[in-house]
Amino acid sequence: MTTIAVTTKSEPILELEGVGKQFGSVIALRDISLHVRPGTVTCVLGDNGAGKSTLIKTLSGVHQPSGGTYRIEGEEVNLSSPRDALGKGIATVYQDLATVPLMSVWRNFFLGSEPTRGGPLRLIDVRRAKEIARKELLAMGIDIRDVEQPVGTLSGGERQAVAIARAVYFGAKVLILDEPTSALGVKQSGVVLKYVVQAKERGVAVIFITHNPHHAYLVGDHFFLLNRGRMIEDWERDEVSLDALVKAMAGGAELESLAHELKSLGGEVAEAAQEEIAEMRETQL
Amino acid sequence: MSTTTTPTATSPPARDERVAQTASLARLLRRPELGALIGAVGVFVLFAVVDQTGQFASLHGLARWSDSAATIGIVAVAVALLMIGGEFDLSAGVMVGSSGLVLGLLVTELYVMMWPAILLTLVFAAAIGAMNGWLVVKTRLPSFIVTLATFFSLQGLNLGLTKMITDTVRVSGIDDIPGFDSARAVFATDFWEPYKFRIAVVWWIGLTILATVVLARARFGNWITAVGGDANAARNTGVPVARTKILLFMFTSMSAALVGIMTALRLRSVQAGQGVGEEFTYIIAAVVGGCLLTGGFGSAIGASVGASVIGMAFIGIAFAGWNTDWSFLFLGVILFMAVMVNTIISRRASGGRG
Ligand SMILES: Nc1ncnc2c1ncn2[C@@H]1O[C@H](COP(=O)(O)OP(=O)(O)O)[C@@H](O)[C@H]1O
Ligand SMILES: [Mg+2]
Repeated sequence: MTTIAVTTKSEPILELEGVGKQFGSVIALRDISLHVRPGTVTCVLGDNGAGKSTLIKTLSGVHQPSGGTYRIEGEEVNLSSPRDALGKGIATVYQDLATVPLMSVWRNFFLGSEPTRGGPLRLIDVRRAKEIARKELLAMGIDIRDVEQPVGTLSGGERQAVAIARAVYFGAKVLILDEPTSALGVKQSGVVLKYVVQAKERGVAVIFITHNPHHAYLVGDHFFLLNRGRMIEDWERDEVSLDALVKAMAGGAELESLAHELKSLGGEVAEAAQEEIAEMRETQL
Repeated sequence: MSTTTTPTATSPPARDERVAQTASLARLLRRPELGALIGAVGVFVLFAVVDQTGQFASLHGLARWSDSAATIGIVAVAVALLMIGGEFDLSAGVMVGSSGLVLGLLVTELYVMMWPAILLTLVFAAAIGAMNGWLVVKTRLPSFIVTLATFFSLQGLNLGLTKMITDTVRVSGIDDIPGFDSARAVFATDFWEPYKFRIAVVWWIGLTILATVVLARARFGNWITAVGGDANAARNTGVPVARTKILLFMFTSMSAALVGIMTALRLRSVQAGQGVGEEFTYIIAAVVGGCLLTGGFGSAIGASVGASVIGMAFIGIAFAGWNTDWSFLFLGVILFMAVMVNTIISRRASGGRG
């Protein structure tokens, strides 16, 4: 899959400049600069504790930055809440907190923005809602037989897809995905990655948070690497290979040193372990 | 719609048909009130069989048990919405007494006229409900605890204030107040001679329909299910979680007040201990009707069917000539069976996942 990154160098829709975030004495983010363009997938990679979640919470209005500037479409902003961010076109899909399992697909699709027919009870236009939900999901390539079925009966990947389709339909200009593939198997991850590309092709700026360089490399146009709260790498797609990306991730380097260590121990156990590590690296997808 | 076609050689359309059929069967099994309906039919047949008066399965019997079911059902419907919204209200029972007392004291001690007093009583109930909701949302304590505290506080106030003001444990003489007759005609009269159905039944059916429409079709109904199903997900999609929960607590308190007002007008006096203990009857009706204790799933019609089961049991046990003490044992068994059935149904509803 070759992503023809037609980087027309359009204006960034979202920009951070020298942003930091402190929780008391804990410095979670330090001097972060980042820009995101419409119709691209921007990957933010980093190990556990690197500050990925803090970064997206800052982007989505959950946290207010301790310093630096945050610009949306060139204008400096101060987001007070996730609702505020949503109003400015920034939608966030949190891994397990995106859909209500016992509610039907169409109800989840429109949750919080139900189309009503007016009147004192503000009744939902159910026919229209179901029709739109089915159509929009299909447009994203998600074929759900029965939009009346509870979201809880869908697979993890499909659930993420519903959340993504919803954000795209409601006009998200920036779509932030918090580790959407981390809890999924290979096939399901593939499903979600497909929707990431779909959203991008519809002109959305996608910010894809992950600790899996293989997933990132499949869809990414731009890669940022976070480590201990700092942005340590900033690569365009043509500046980096998958191998380099894997190595740059702390995990890659650590696995290698672990392999060396084991080699020095010698013996069959070490050999088996080395093989396993090699295999792990190959099949991390 | 079971058109059993004999399998033909080329049958791709037959396969499609089967998919559709499974879907509608699954949809039926997903209905929360299914178990309650089956149970209600069973309970009706049981009491029709053991009946000693020959009246249970007649309009006379219906008028009797629907009266009992209505006073439970009016509050149970609101309690069901609250439970679907993920919360409990243990103060719903005592609120029946509190609001009756507020009404009684307003008209007998402060000489407020009947209709303004009824309005003030509903405002009082809304305020208590709003306080319950606000405390639950702000403190993030379980509503079980918050409303238990409200329950005991109100019970203490009911007894303490009533004794202090009237020197007895009841407020009486409310039938001398201007507006009593018209209020009674609206809240506490009966209709359809010679059976004498209670007007409360009409209120009950009306509230059930309203709650059902809201739950299934209104935007607010969507929010109720969402805040009970997953408050975080609801918040992330922009649902006003706190407002939704507070409104549900207010609706519950006001439904209890409605029953309090009805009871006061009907008996022409109010006992300080009125309503205490009923909070669990409402929860039983809601659970029998398919509400999950974990929230996010249930039905208003179900709660009304649950209230009918309880009403039939209360009246049926009396009609069978049994000691009415047995009715609590009956409620216990019914509750247990309902929880078992509902657990199976909800597992099927979520497709065996999560
Ligand atoms: N609300 C908070 N209060 C204090 N420390 C926090 C808070 N949120 C995150 N941190 C700290 O910031 C660092 C980065 O965390 P996080 O952004 O969750 O990393 P990641 O998502 O990359 O795993 C961690 O050391 C974490 O303990
Ligand atoms: Mg994280």
